[in-house]
Amino acid sequence: MKIEDDKGVFVFVQQIDGEISGVSFELIGKGRELAKILACQVTAVLLGSGISQLAGELSNFGADQVIVVDDAVLETYMTEPYTHAMTQVIKRYKPEIVLFGATAIGRDLAPRVSARVHTGLTADCTGLEIDPASGCLLMTRPAFGGNIMATIVCAEHRPQMATVRPGVMKRVSETFGTDGRVEQVVLPDLADHVNVEIVEVIKKVSEKMDIMDAKVLISGGRGIGGAEGFRKLEELAEALGGTIASSRAAVDAGWVEKDRQVGQTGKTVRPNLYVACGISGAIQHLAGMEEADIIIAINKDPSAPIFEIADYGVVGDVDKVIPLFIQQIKEEQEKR
Amino acid sequence: MDFELNGAQQMARELFSGFAEKEVKPLAAEVDEEERFPYETVEKMGKYGFMGIPVPKEYGGQGCDILTYVLCVEELSKACGTTGVIVSAHTSLCCDPIMKYGTNAQKARYLPALAAGKSIGAFGLTEPGAGTDASGQQTKAVLAEDYYILNGSKIFITNAGPADIYVVFAMTDKSKGIKGISAFIVEKGVAGFSVGKKELKMGIRGSSTCELVFENCKVPKENLLGQEGKGFGIAMSTLDGGRIGIAAQALGIAQGALDETVKYVKERRQFGRSISAFQNTQFKLADMKTQIEAARLLVYQAAKAKEKGGRYSTEAAMAKLFAAKTAVSVTTQCVQLYGGYGYIRDYPVERMMRDAKITEIYEGTNEVQRMVISSSMLK
Amino acid sequence: MNIVVSIKQVPNTNEVRLDQTTGTLIREGVPSIINPDDKSGLEMALKLKDKLGAHVTVITMGPPQADAVLKEAMAMGADDAVLITDRAFGGADTWATSSTLASALRKIPYDLIITGRQAIDGDTAQVGPQIAEHLGLPNISYAESLELADGYAVVKRQYEDRTHVIKARLPCLVTALGEYNTPRYMTPRGIFEAWEEGRIQVFTRSDLSVADENIGLKGSPTRVKKSFVKAVKGQGTVVTMDPEDAAVWLTDRLKEKFIL
Repeated sequence: MKIEDDKGVFVFVQQIDGEISGVSFELIGKGRELAKILACQVTAVLLGSGISQLAGELSNFGADQVIVVDDAVLETYMTEPYTHAMTQVIKRYKPEIVLFGATAIGRDLAPRVSARVHTGLTADCTGLEIDPASGCLLMTRPAFGGNIMATIVCAEHRPQMATVRPGVMKRVSETFGTDGRVEQVVLPDLADHVNVEIVEVIKKVSEKMDIMDAKVLISGGRGIGGAEGFRKLEELAEALGGTIASSRAAVDAGWVEKDRQVGQTGKTVRPNLYVACGISGAIQHLAGMEEADIIIAINKDPSAPIFEIADYGVVGDVDKVIPLFIQQIKEEQEKR
Repeated sequence: MDFELNGAQQMARELFSGFAEKEVKPLAAEVDEEERFPYETVEKMGKYGFMGIPVPKEYGGQGCDILTYVLCVEELSKACGTTGVIVSAHTSLCCDPIMKYGTNAQKARYLPALAAGKSIGAFGLTEPGAGTDASGQQTKAVLAEDYYILNGSKIFITNAGPADIYVVFAMTDKSKGIKGISAFIVEKGVAGFSVGKKELKMGIRGSSTCELVFENCKVPKENLLGQEGKGFGIAMSTLDGGRIGIAAQALGIAQGALDETVKYVKERRQFGRSISAFQNTQFKLADMKTQIEAARLLVYQAAKAKEKGGRYSTEAAMAKLFAAKTAVSVTTQCVQLYGGYGYIRDYPVERMMRDAKITEIYEGTNEVQRMVISSSMLK
Repeated sequence: MNIVVSIKQVPNTNEVRLDQTTGTLIREGVPSIINPDDKSGLEMALKLKDKLGAHVTVITMGPPQADAVLKEAMAMGADDAVLITDRAFGGADTWATSSTLASALRKIPYDLIITGRQAIDGDTAQVGPQIAEHLGLPNISYAESLELADGYAVVKRQYEDRTHVIKARLPCLVTALGEYNTPRYMTPRGIFEAWEEGRIQVFTRSDLSVADENIGLKGSPTRVKKSFVKAVKGQGTVVTMDPEDAAVWLTDRLKEKFIL
C-alpha cells in the first residue's frame, strides 16, 4: 500500500466531562484549510462515553464527518484504551494526517499512537502548511527552548501526525449545521486494554477566567515580588474587564496558580491587550504572548528584553506605576 | 607541575559555587546586618558533607583532598566571608587536630558528628595575654584523679557559642614553658565551662566570636588530645593547616568583590559612557585579576604541599600572607570603583572590604607569617 | 527494587541568547546541564532509594561527553550508570531515540523506569511514552509525585485543570514534571567516587539488538526540513517618566487604541 493511498485529515477531539476543548475546534478549522488544498475531507474523531450527541457540535464547526467511539471504558482519559481506540480508527480509515491538541492529554496520547502505528509525530506545532511540491505536511514548531523555529516533514510514513499548540490556530467563523455524517465505531475488546486504575480525580478550584479566553491580560513576573503584589494586578484586570496572568517565575515562587502561567511550558495567549509587569521577557515567556495585539511592558530594568517587543514600554517601578494607572483608568471611566 | 584541577575537583568547584549562589548569597547581607550565625546554612552544608570534606570516610567524612576543601571555602567566601570562616575554623582547627592527634576512641566519638555538621567545632588558644605570643598561656590544667581541672579564659574564639566541640590549650606544667602546654577536647555543657560575651566586630559579623571561661572545669582525662606537654606543637601544626583555610577565605572574598565590580563597571555610566571604557578602570581590573590569580596559585600550592605529607608551613604562611593582603587591597579598590555606591550597605562591596581585614590578623597576623617564612630561609 | 532513570544532557537553553547582528543563536559558552525534568525524575528515584533501598541506575543516549551527566547523577546518589553512545545513533528523531533507549533498557533489570516529561532542547515530551510503547509497558506522564506500594506505582498525574491519582502495576514508566521535586545537590565524596574508573558502562551499536532501520537519522520518520530564528516583532515606544506621568501616558495609549 503506497502512502498516496492514505487520505483525509483527521482531528482527535478532546472532550473532558462531556465538554469539547476549544483546541479541537481550532484544529477542525485548520484541518478544513489543509483538506481544501489536499482535496479531501476533515474528520473529527470523538472518543468518550455517552458523548455521541456532541457530534452535532463538531459538524457545526466544520467537520465533514464525525467518527465516534462511544464506550464506557473511555469515560475518563486513560492512555491505553484511548491509544487502542485511536490506533484502530487510524488502521481502519487510513488518514494521511492526524492532528491532536498539544494538551496534557494530546501530548501523552499522540506519542503512544504514533509509536504503535510506526509513524512520525511532531510536537507543539504553531504552523501547518502543505508543501506544494510533495503534498506533504510541513509542520513548524518552536525548539531549543523556544529560541528557534523548525519545520519538520514526515516524508515516508503515514499518517503524518502532529500535536498543535492551543490558541494558535483559528476556529472557523461560519457554521455548517449540526447534522453532518456520523459513523459509530464499536471496539468490543476495549475493556481488555485497561492497565491502570484511576483512584481519584482532584479538580483544581479556580473561579478566575481562563487566561486563554481573556481579551485583556495583566501579567506579573518576578518583579512583582510576592503574592500581595498580584492583588493590585487583579484590580487593574478588573478595571479593564480582563484577568491576571503570570510568567513562570511567579508560578514557581508560589505567588499564583499554574493555570495563570503564560509561556513555553504554560499557555499561549492572544489577547487584545497584554500588560507585562515586572516580567523580563525571556524567550520562553515571549513564545506564549508575542501574538497579542497590543503589548504594554512596565519594568525597572531598561535593558529587559520585554521592551524589544512591547508596543508601549514604561521604565519604572511596578509598585508605583500600577496604582496610579488604575486610578487614571477609573477617572477616565467615570467621565463617561 | 600541573596547574589544572582534575575533572572531579572541577565538578566539586561547580557544586560549591552552585550551592553558594543559591543558598549562601541570598542570606549574606542579612547575616552581616543582623550579626546572625547562619544555622540553617550550616545544617544544609552538613547534609551535603561540606563540614567534613577532608575527614576520612571511615569516620563519616567525605575523604576528599585538601584542595577540594580549599575550593569549598573559596567558593563559599565569594558569597559570604562569614560562611567561609565557619567551615574553615570548624574543619582546619577542630576536625583536623582530632584527625591527626586523636586516639581511635576520640576520633570515633567526635568526628562523625563534626563531619555531618551535627556538632560544630572551635579552637581555643588565644588569651587576653597571649595573642601573637601564643606561648604565654595562663589557662591552667591540673590533673586530679580522673579529671583535668581547667581554670582560665580564652578570647576571640571563632564559632564559640554555636560550637559543641572545642580543642582547648592549657598549661599543665608551667616549669617547662612551651613544653608544658597540653591540648584538650572540651565539650559544650561540661560543668565549669561557659561561653562569655560575644564580640561586636568590624566584619565577618555573622561569625560568632566569643570568650571561653573555665572555672574549675572538669574535663575527663580521656579528653587529653595527644600527650601531655605536646600541646604547643599541636597548636602550631594545626594553625599551619588553618592558614590554608583562611588563605582560601581571603582568596574567595577578593574574587567575589572583583566579580561584582566587573558587573558594576559595565553597567555604570558617567560622562556619556560605561565607566568600564576608562583606562583607569581597566588597568585597576587587570592588576586585581593578576594579584588574585597569583594568590590562587599560592593557596593551591600550599594545599597540594599539605596533601603530599611532609612540611608545608612556609607554603601555608606565604599563601595566607599574600592572599590576605590581596583581599584587603582588592576589596578597598573595588569600593573605590563603585564610588559613592561602594560605601552604601545596599551594595555588597563594603561588607567584603570589612570582611577582608580580619584575614590579615587571625590565625597568625601578617607579621607572624613573615616570621615563619623568614625563619625557614635563615636556618 | 530496580529503578532506571533515563536522563539527557542538554544545553541550558534558558541561557541561550540571540546574536542581534547575525540573527543566529549564540551557543558557545552555554553550559551543558542535566535536563531539568530528568533531574526531577532522578530526585524522585533517589527519594525511593532513601525510603525503600531501591537500586538506581541512570542511562543516557548521547555523544561521549554526555558521561558528565551520568557522573553528576552518581554524585547525587545513583548507583550505576550506562552511556549509550555511537555515531550510528546520531540525528535521531523521537521514534529512533526511543527505539534505541528501549533496546538498551532490555539489557538492564528494571521494575520502574522514570524519564523527564520533556527536554528543554527538543521540547517534544514524546520519548518517554514511546519508550513505554516499544517495551509494552503502561506509561503515566506528567507526574507530580510518585509513590511505590506493594508492586504498584501510585502517581499524581497532572492535567490542565485537575490531577488524577493513578495506580499502575509495576513494571511501568513514569514521566516526571520538573517543578515538583527539588533535586538534591551532589556531595564531594559522591563526585570523586563517580569519577573512579569503571563506574560507567558503555553500550555501543554492537551491544544492542535493534534494527538499523529504527536508529539514527536513517531510522527517523521525521526530518528537519529547515530551522530559522523567528522574526522579532519590531520595537515600539519605550519611555522613562515619573509614575504619575507614566500612568497618564499609558491611559492615553489605551484610549488611542480603543481599549478604553
